[in-house]
Amino acid sequence: MPLLEYDALGVTLPGTARPILDGIDLHVGAGEVVALVGESGSGKSVTARAALGLFPAGADITGQVRVAGTGLVGADAASLRDVRTNRAAMIYQDPRAALNPVRRVGDFLTEPLRLAHGWSRNRAAARAAELLAAVGLPDPGRHLNQYPHELSGGMLQRVVIAAALTTEPRLLLCDEPTTALDVSTQAEILAVLGRLQRERGLGLLLITHDIELAAAVSDRIHVMYAGRIVEAAPVADLFAAPRHPYTAGLLGSSPPLHGPLARLTPIPGAPMGLLESAPGCAFAPRCHFAEPGRCDQSPPPPERHGPAEVACHRTAELTAPAANAPAPAAFHASGKEDS
Amino acid sequence: MTAVAARAARVLRRLAAMAATLLVTSFLVFSSLFLAPGDPASFLVKGRSAGPAELAEIRRQYGFDEPFLVRYWHWLEGVLHGDLGRSHLLHQDVASVIWSRLPASLLLIGVSALMIAVVGIGSGVVGALRRGSRTDRSLMLLVTVGAAAPAFVAALLLRSVLGVQLGWFPTIGNGTGLLDRLHHVVLPAAALSVTFVALVTRVTRSAMLDELRREHVEVALSRGTPRRTVIRRHVLRNALGPIVTVSALLVSGMLVSTAIVETAFGMSGVGSLLVQSVDQLDFQVVQAIVLLVVAAFVVVNALVDLVHPLIDPRTAAAGSAR
Repeated sequence: MPLLEYDALGVTLPGTARPILDGIDLHVGAGEVVALVGESGSGKSVTARAALGLFPAGADITGQVRVAGTGLVGADAASLRDVRTNRAAMIYQDPRAALNPVRRVGDFLTEPLRLAHGWSRNRAAARAAELLAAVGLPDPGRHLNQYPHELSGGMLQRVVIAAALTTEPRLLLCDEPTTALDVSTQAEILAVLGRLQRERGLGLLLITHDIELAAAVSDRIHVMYAGRIVEAAPVADLFAAPRHPYTAGLLGSSPPLHGPLARLTPIPGAPMGLLESAPGCAFAPRCHFAEPGRCDQSPPPPERHGPAEVACHRTAELTAPAANAPAPAAFHASGKEDS
Repeated sequence: MTAVAARAARVLRRLAAMAATLLVTSFLVFSSLFLAPGDPASFLVKGRSAGPAELAEIRRQYGFDEPFLVRYWHWLEGVLHGDLGRSHLLHQDVASVIWSRLPASLLLIGVSALMIAVVGIGSGVVGALRRGSRTDRSLMLLVTVGAAAPAFVAALLLRSVLGVQLGWFPTIGNGTGLLDRLHHVVLPAAALSVTFVALVTRVTRSAMLDELRREHVEVALSRGTPRRTVIRRHVLRNALGPIVTVSALLVSGMLVSTAIVETAFGMSGVGSLLVQSVDQLDFQVVQAIVLLVVAAFVVVNALVDLVHPLIDPRTAAAGSAR
């Protein structure tokens, strides 16, 4: 049984032209790191929050999300609390917004232990200090008594990670965990997350807009566009041969971590807003390869192509070795040379 | 150690500023009475005929003929020694007159403050948590009416309905003994607090709504903290800053509002003394009460400033960084 499993999850807000999420299928097993990559507004944060049973207010929800077998759509308060306190924890983008500014760091860390598990103050504080040491903070005893504004952003993100681990959940949801931090801190936080994930065999869902970062830490990548997963593949396969034009566009528009720096090719146009909808493939208006009369008629269903699952009408022709119309250089430009 | 030193320095700085404010306002209070129409000397001989020579003699006796600054100095010296002068009207020490009237007014203010805190904060919290509901809308309607109702209108309404028609509460006087006093003070306190309850409700509701939107509230919920606990520990707790500030300032200004309510309910307190003294040009008493009003305001203000770092630790950091 996977730790986290999305089963055709759909989320629609009344008064919008298209669903926020449409048929999300995804699973994360123990010890597995899965990345969900997409531009802002693609629905990746909504997807992550759904794993804690947090849905936008007033939304219409179809399908199911299960954490360790517990369905969260239509769940009662007790099972929601169980999942939130014991099974899964979220690490947020901006640690400064995630902590209550008027309460001490120690309160933040021990709250679930004391409230949900009834631990004594001392026992919870000892555990919190242990976790602060585990995330590499130098002076746990002092940090427990400090207020959030007395710590740097990188230190606070370590606190947030420690807080996520207090009740020993098996599943971590990381929503852009390094985006609000400066570059050198980003690397440290990623290293801490990676170490803890390996040591504890955690399942980890990483939400990011940065496909290179996703590649560096995860086993599989799911690429999202306008509320749908357009391509899902193991990292090496995805980089060697992106099969969806949007994936190729993402790779072509972000600088590679390794190898020579090629010219970056931005994806033309802008992502589709919630008030727009298209009868066909949502990416068609921005796609070099969109075929009028086909791509703009019906949404492409996800299909298996080799190691990948791709939702594109033209995958077969575009990735066939002897395609009559060879893809432009940009299409495969960022294949990882060393993988 | 340095944190303690910084805190002590901040407290001292605040106390010095408070003393300076009080000094300046004492000067303003003293001089403002000279702008008021009427000559105290001719008031003192009211009803009798007095020639210019007699008036001059009275002025000399009471020190009305001395230069302004000298008179201010004498007055200030007296005030600092607890001597607020003599009431020409009551032929008593001003300090002892005010002292005998103060408990009744403090009881009135205390009961009002309690009503404001319980009803104002309570309905603000309910309104914020049920935003847009029927409860919230009716509360907001009541609050708008309450904020627009002057204390004397509220006093008249309460007296006629709860006092005269239903006969639940006495409508006049202070009462004797603790229970009777409390019974007598309910209606005046309610009349006094109506407007303030409305203000505190509004402030509480909007502060709560601001805090409910914060990400750390969602984070706390997403960690399985029960909603009730999140509201108490993360929403109401964080909204306390504006609520405490506004409530404290309102209560500190209430001594003035007691004038209307005490008069309406025939109570003997500092407020009704003020009305009576203004009416009869009893300058020494007016001066003393105004000074008391200002002092209450300044002291509460300073207290709020000193309490704030306990409510929001970030303000302490900002203060010591200066």
